Amino acid sequence: MQVHKYDVVIVGAGGAGMRAAIESGQRAKTAVLTKLYPTRSHTGAAQGGMCAALANVEEDNWEWHTFDTIKGGDYLVDQDAAEVMAKEAIDAVLDLEKMGLPFNRTPEGRIDQRRFGGHTRDHGKAPVRRACYAADRTGHMILQTLYQNCVKHNVEFYNEYYVLDLLTVEEDAVREDGTPYKQKRVAGVVSYDLASGELHVFQAKSVVFATGGAGKVFKTTSNAHTLTGDGMGIAFRRGIPLEDMEFYQFHPTGLAGLGILLSEAARGEGAILRNSEGERFMERYAPTIKDLAPRDIVARSMANEVREGRGCGPNKDYVLLDLTHLEPAHIDAKLPDITEFARTYLGVEPYTEPVPVFPTAHYAMGGIPTNITAEVLQDNDTIVPGLYAAGEVACVSVHGSNRLGTNSLLDINVFGKRAGIAAAEYAKTADFVELPADPEAYTLDLLDHVRTSDGTEKVAAIRKELQDTMDANMQVFRTADTLNQVLTDIASFEERYERISVQDKGKRFNLDLLEAVELGFLLELAKVMTVAALHREESRGGHFREDFPERDDDNFMKHSMAYKDEHAPADGTAHTAEVTAGIRLATKPVVFTRYEPMVRKY
Amino acid sequence: MTAELAEPASKIELPAHIGGGGDIPSFDVHLRVRRYNPEVSDESTWDDFHVTMYGTDRVLDALHKVKWEIDGSVSFRRSCAHGVCGSDAMRINGRNRLACKTLLKDLDTSKPITVEPIKGLPVEKDLIVDMEPFFQSFREVMPFLINRGHEPTKERLQSAEDRERFDDTTKCILCAACTSSCPVFWTDGQYFGPAAIVNAHRFIFDSRDDAGDMRLEILNDKEGVWRCRTTFNCTEACPRGIQVTQAIAEVKQAILSRKI
Repeated sequence: MQVHKYDVVIVGAGGAGMRAAIESGQRAKTAVLTKLYPTRSHTGAAQGGMCAALANVEEDNWEWHTFDTIKGGDYLVDQDAAEVMAKEAIDAVLDLEKMGLPFNRTPEGRIDQRRFGGHTRDHGKAPVRRACYAADRTGHMILQTLYQNCVKHNVEFYNEYYVLDLLTVEEDAVREDGTPYKQKRVAGVVSYDLASGELHVFQAKSVVFATGGAGKVFKTTSNAHTLTGDGMGIAFRRGIPLEDMEFYQFHPTGLAGLGILLSEAARGEGAILRNSEGERFMERYAPTIKDLAPRDIVARSMANEVREGRGCGPNKDYVLLDLTHLEPAHIDAKLPDITEFARTYLGVEPYTEPVPVFPTAHYAMGGIPTNITAEVLQDNDTIVPGLYAAGEVACVSVHGSNRLGTNSLLDINVFGKRAGIAAAEYAKTADFVELPADPEAYTLDLLDHVRTSDGTEKVAAIRKELQDTMDANMQVFRTADTLNQVLTDIASFEERYERISVQDKGKRFNLDLLEAVELGFLLELAKVMTVAALHREESRGGHFREDFPERDDDNFMKHSMAYKDEHAPADGTAHTAEVTAGIRLATKPVVFTRYEPMVRKY
Repeated sequence: MTAELAEPASKIELPAHIGGGGDIPSFDVHLRVRRYNPEVSDESTWDDFHVTMYGTDRVLDALHKVKWEIDGSVSFRRSCAHGVCGSDAMRINGRNRLACKTLLKDLDTSKPITVEPIKGLPVEKDLIVDMEPFFQSFREVMPFLINRGHEPTKERLQSAEDRERFDDTTKCILCAACTSSCPVFWTDGQYFGPAAIVNAHRFIFDSRDDAGDMRLEILNDKEGVWRCRTTFNCTEACPRGIQVTQAIAEVKQAILSRKI
């Protein structure tokens, strides 16, 4: 085992991690650990754009952007955080342009902007052109530009170093009201070098988690194979709560059967959805902004069309994205990649044929709770000094119960930057926390357990069954029955997981072992999502309960906070508290500034 | 600026065949995978696997089926699985491609499909190569915007034409399919290789950049653009459709004329 010492360790090298690294690297000794190579991160798969009220092509302002974000999230958004994001969006885009990002341009040479779902003029009056973009590869350009600037600033990367544990210590502390509590402090992380199979401990004053999402809990997903929720899982196992995990976004337009993302920019550029009768069905569900309604509404409408028998294809299980009324030259200029996906993977020519699409698991609105400085919370109001999180792994919460399109690329830039600055500034004044004795012991146990287990169960089989039950029971429509079915299934998967074996017993690039460890995180997170979904007996944003179809502000206008806790008693300080399947659920108030909850209609 | 679009019809007649599809055909595939694990042996070998696959499956799906159901030790990198992350460049039937972008139905499945690591970079295990020499060349061309002017309050202006000038080379995903298809790179690992030149091109022809001369000087080196023998392997290999050979030619031309 080797021990490294850095002021700041950033875990993950996607958009949030590298945006943080650019700030932190110039202020403090910084290392970035990634289980991939930085340019493989899934930020690169984002397509449509990044919203900021630049008002380059029409009137706009950041207050409208704030409102749209809050309404889009069905009022579960923390309004102070949404204000920060919408206000700082403008500088975030300009920062990227100055770093070299090749945005599409207006005839005047300014950054061009286009329409995107849920982004409107003057509080919902009409769609507004707010998304700054580079064709339909905005995420690719952001990832490349950030990596280029990391090279420019000599950021130190540890590629293919898979972080498996967060090292913390607990100190006795006393709250202002005199109650004692355990204060967590961060000491570092433990990582597994995939090339050699060796463990490396990184001692750090500050740790930034930027590990992305967990889409692989579902079968049909736009997410990469590597998005297994590692960061969320590690934090959760070490006693950090997870916030709002019941809210998972299904992107309306995944390629049918494959889940590969077709950007909302297609609809922003004028494409429309049709059912088997050729009808533009979104006119019925969202009369004002139609196909540009937020994703939760469009995804549910699509699923409903299919359920009522108006799906297309031999199994009537998808709808169609129609671009045929758009000029081929316009499609080539604005949507080259996604039309290529349709040709490559489905053999469909989007110039002349509508493209089969169906909702695909896309984005976790929930995650590790943070404040607007990206500091991680160990409960509703206690930060963990030195620990930060940004991007999809985090829950600030700017997305509430449903994220608007483009706001994730914005989130990683705004809060990645904030996390990088805060982590470096903290490291300037703080001391290293002493590493716990045997810092690698937990990780060694975890790996040895998987490596030496000689059962008969296969990782891929359990993972597939998990993904199948999540798609069948935890997707856009949910009921207590379907959610309980998932929990029953997961209990059996967990039992089988104890009896898995991996065939590769070597040390070098043991990706068989890696997948087994990843499955452990997937099982853990699927359970958290489902327990939180079971307890939210209302419908809001991305979470739709058929047995509770209305939003219920009286009882549920609050964030959920899930703690790993095998035997926890009900927490008297929380409004409600339940323990299910080793998870204790508490709640956290939503932050309101100036927007009163209204009925969400488009 | 976005063109104003006519409002599409509320309802249309769909042609009968739309979304047809019917049953997805299945077929048997014989995969021959190049194996190498220095923990086991210094020699590399071929392993044969037979799997049943479906109409829309890619080579990556076949590799996954092998790894997940037959032999868990078969090792390869992959992430996004739809051709944008650049993890799974490999040599498939002797040609560099992304495994996730190569549909099995487009290959001749009556013969074995050979899968090998990309050439010219040290093999670490099975289909995994050491990417460090590749990224080293990338870093050496100063692949980042250098602008010596005053920083404007808002964005720098750039005309749509100036933006279009380097559009092709911004598509690069650093998968190394081009560089590892280049016969010059196979024999001389010091050669910068097509990918590094593509990424230099992306900045040399960006109207906002002021360091084109420095990059041209770097690529005027004996291991620079002049090693290119214009075999077009790189252009054929690029999964993003970048006109790689043309980009290299434009850099050569710029060195000769020193006019960007």
